[in-house]
Amino acid sequence: MDPEPKKPEDSPSNSANSHTPVQPPSPFPDEVLEKVLSFIDSHKDRSSVSLVRKDWYNAERWTRSKLFIGNCYSVSPEIVARRFPRIKSITLKGKPRFSDFNMLPRDWGANVHSWLVMFAKVYPFLEELRLKRMTVTDESLELLAKSFSGFKSLSLSSCDGFTDIGLKAIASHCRNLTELDIQDSVTEDVGGGWLSCFPENFASLEVLNFASLNSEVSFDDLERLVSRCKSLRVLKVNESITLDQLQRLLVHAPQLLELGTGSFLQELTPRQYEDIESAFSNCKNLQILSGLWEANSLYLPVLYGACAGLTFLNLSDAPLQSGEFAKLLAHCPNLRRLWVVDTVEDKGLEAVGSSCPLLEELRVFPADPYDRHHRDGVTELGFLAVSRGCRNLHYVLYFCRRMTNAAVVTIVQNCPDFTHFRLCIMTPGQPDYLTNDPMDEAFAAVVKTCTKLKRLSVSGLLTDLTFEFIGKYAKNLETLSVAFAGNSDWGMQCVLEGCPKLRKLEIRDSPFGNAALLSGLKKYEMMRSLWMSDCNVTMKGCRLLAREMPRLNVEVIMDEESDESQADKVYVYRSVAGPRRDAPPFVLTL
Amino acid sequence: MDLNLKATELRLGLPGSDEPADQLQSSSSHVKNNKRSCSEIDGSCQKQESGAPAQKAQVVGWPPVRSYRKNVMEQQKKPDSDGSGFVKVSMDGAPYLRKIDLKLYKNYFDLLKALENMFKCTIGVYSEREGYNGSEYAPTYEDKDGDWMLVGDVPWDMFITSCKRLRIMKGSEAKGLGCL
Repeated sequence: MDPEPKKPEDSPSNSANSHTPVQPPSPFPDEVLEKVLSFIDSHKDRSSVSLVRKDWYNAERWTRSKLFIGNCYSVSPEIVARRFPRIKSITLKGKPRFSDFNMLPRDWGANVHSWLVMFAKVYPFLEELRLKRMTVTDESLELLAKSFSGFKSLSLSSCDGFTDIGLKAIASHCRNLTELDIQDSVTEDVGGGWLSCFPENFASLEVLNFASLNSEVSFDDLERLVSRCKSLRVLKVNESITLDQLQRLLVHAPQLLELGTGSFLQELTPRQYEDIESAFSNCKNLQILSGLWEANSLYLPVLYGACAGLTFLNLSDAPLQSGEFAKLLAHCPNLRRLWVVDTVEDKGLEAVGSSCPLLEELRVFPADPYDRHHRDGVTELGFLAVSRGCRNLHYVLYFCRRMTNAAVVTIVQNCPDFTHFRLCIMTPGQPDYLTNDPMDEAFAAVVKTCTKLKRLSVSGLLTDLTFEFIGKYAKNLETLSVAFAGNSDWGMQCVLEGCPKLRKLEIRDSPFGNAALLSGLKKYEMMRSLWMSDCNVTMKGCRLLAREMPRLNVEVIMDEESDESQADKVYVYRSVAGPRRDAPPFVLTL
Repeated sequence: MDLNLKATELRLGLPGSDEPADQLQSSSSHVKNNKRSCSEIDGSCQKQESGAPAQKAQVVGWPPVRSYRKNVMEQQKKPDSDGSGFVKVSMDGAPYLRKIDLKLYKNYFDLLKALENMFKCTIGVYSEREGYNGSEYAPTYEDKDGDWMLVGDVPWDMFITSCKRLRIMKGSEAKGLGCL
């Protein structure tokens, strides 16, 4: 559901009783319309369909089975339940993205429970729930497990609040479960007993991902589970699973499409080494590989036999050196997506440029983000090397300690098709390291050259010029992340006035104040959300915004030590549900 | 008689300055602090890690990496701290690892002899300046901070408490380590 300013009422009355002008009869009977609409999947298309006329709105709401809610506070469970009677699959997203970086206090909200209570009442045939950045308690998981007999698919991405008690409930009660996918979840020590709760005759699992949970599970139970789930296509285990245990799992599941290994470092006898090597060679369908904790040159070669078909290699948990990395890459000619740690250095990225001509996405993560060990990491040279060899590159996330304008200009000339350009020069406000100029020229080149750009993260020393260029050229931009940048309100105003497709704007530690905030008055209703922290916005400005725009929720997160007149953390989003009813005391809704 | 002892004193400080070195402003000195009032008081008001001068100020949530990725180098540390002195030993080119109990050895000499025996290699003699230059192999170890160090640099007692893992590198690769 994507609430838009011009949307009709949420619960339109039947045309027979309405006061609105009677619409001409539809050329199609309802059944035909509904049949046609049942082929439309995309929620954006469905939103458009629902706006055409009243009977289309009704047909759409009766035929929608998949719900996508990008901000759980933009709408309420009651409103959703009233509008959509037949939902089988729900995606719900909660906290603003900066919560990933500890910028939101605990207990801020986005608790899924009230949603589940409603779903249990209204959607007994619910099959799929995909949650991102939400708090999910054991109580909620228990409710989920017991309320939907046909439940198939649970995905928890960057969620928190649960322990193995909740997972035990899922394993014990969801008889038809095909997917249990837990990613990046922030959990205190979740015990591992849940895995043993799948019943002995349970064999329907297709996706099992518990890589981010750190407790040991019973290997015997895992092995039995894997061997009886013949349709298993995704298996991502956690670090507690050893190499020789992995070998036994692979023997049971050579059909895997996606594998997340456990720890890749272990004393192996030569026989065990051969066994794991042959187990990997038998995985003919492997497309995606991750995990590989502690992998190094000793054991990486066991993988080689499985790499020919790999399209996505995720080494973000395995800091490799350039040599062993290059050797591995030589076996992966079909890579489309690659995630690495910057220990591979520029030399490793040169190998990427020469070995991976089909590469479309590259993410380079810092091994040492706080610069405690003073390692070199990667520089503009590595990025340049990749851009020369990988002309299909369209998604990059690059953490580095130095960059130049000239390099970025060349990079986007080599790869003009960027849709996602996320550059993080790790020292805030750092200029071009060769010329000492601001990095304005770099991002100007990005927005001018990459006309398809949808997502941009800027960094380094930036003046208002950067934002002028963004406003002027980034016509397809949907998400913009800004930190330690800009000179004045003018910068932010350029963006708000210029980027017609902007949906998410997140800004921190930049000198934008009330004038900038208020210049976006009309725009915010067309966006999902705005985040501003440690800028120059005051409570007065926020109150003004809230007063002018009643359909926006303007929330200020109070810090204990903050000055009462400053608004240190501001979160603004459109909502048809009114102010939050579950806001904790430190969240002020204006 | 003014012996000008001060001139001969060893201390931190630029020549000619009487004060100890000011905490170096990091390049992020213009970074806005979370506490706005702080910057009015003193331009060098930054969150510093205790004791260490010239550390970059650590800003909340920056760089934007997820908590569990924070320090992949440190993340790897599952301390072999079961009370015994057992550490894993790997050697470049060997297909599997060994484990030894550091507590069994009294000094570096005994340790190196044992390693030479176990892996049938020659490690040679350590020198402070040259490391193990000239030897076919050089013993290195990973310390508590996740750094790879040359075996022999620190006193034995310090070594056995900080050593988490040993790796016997080919002499050619270890060259860099010895010349620090």
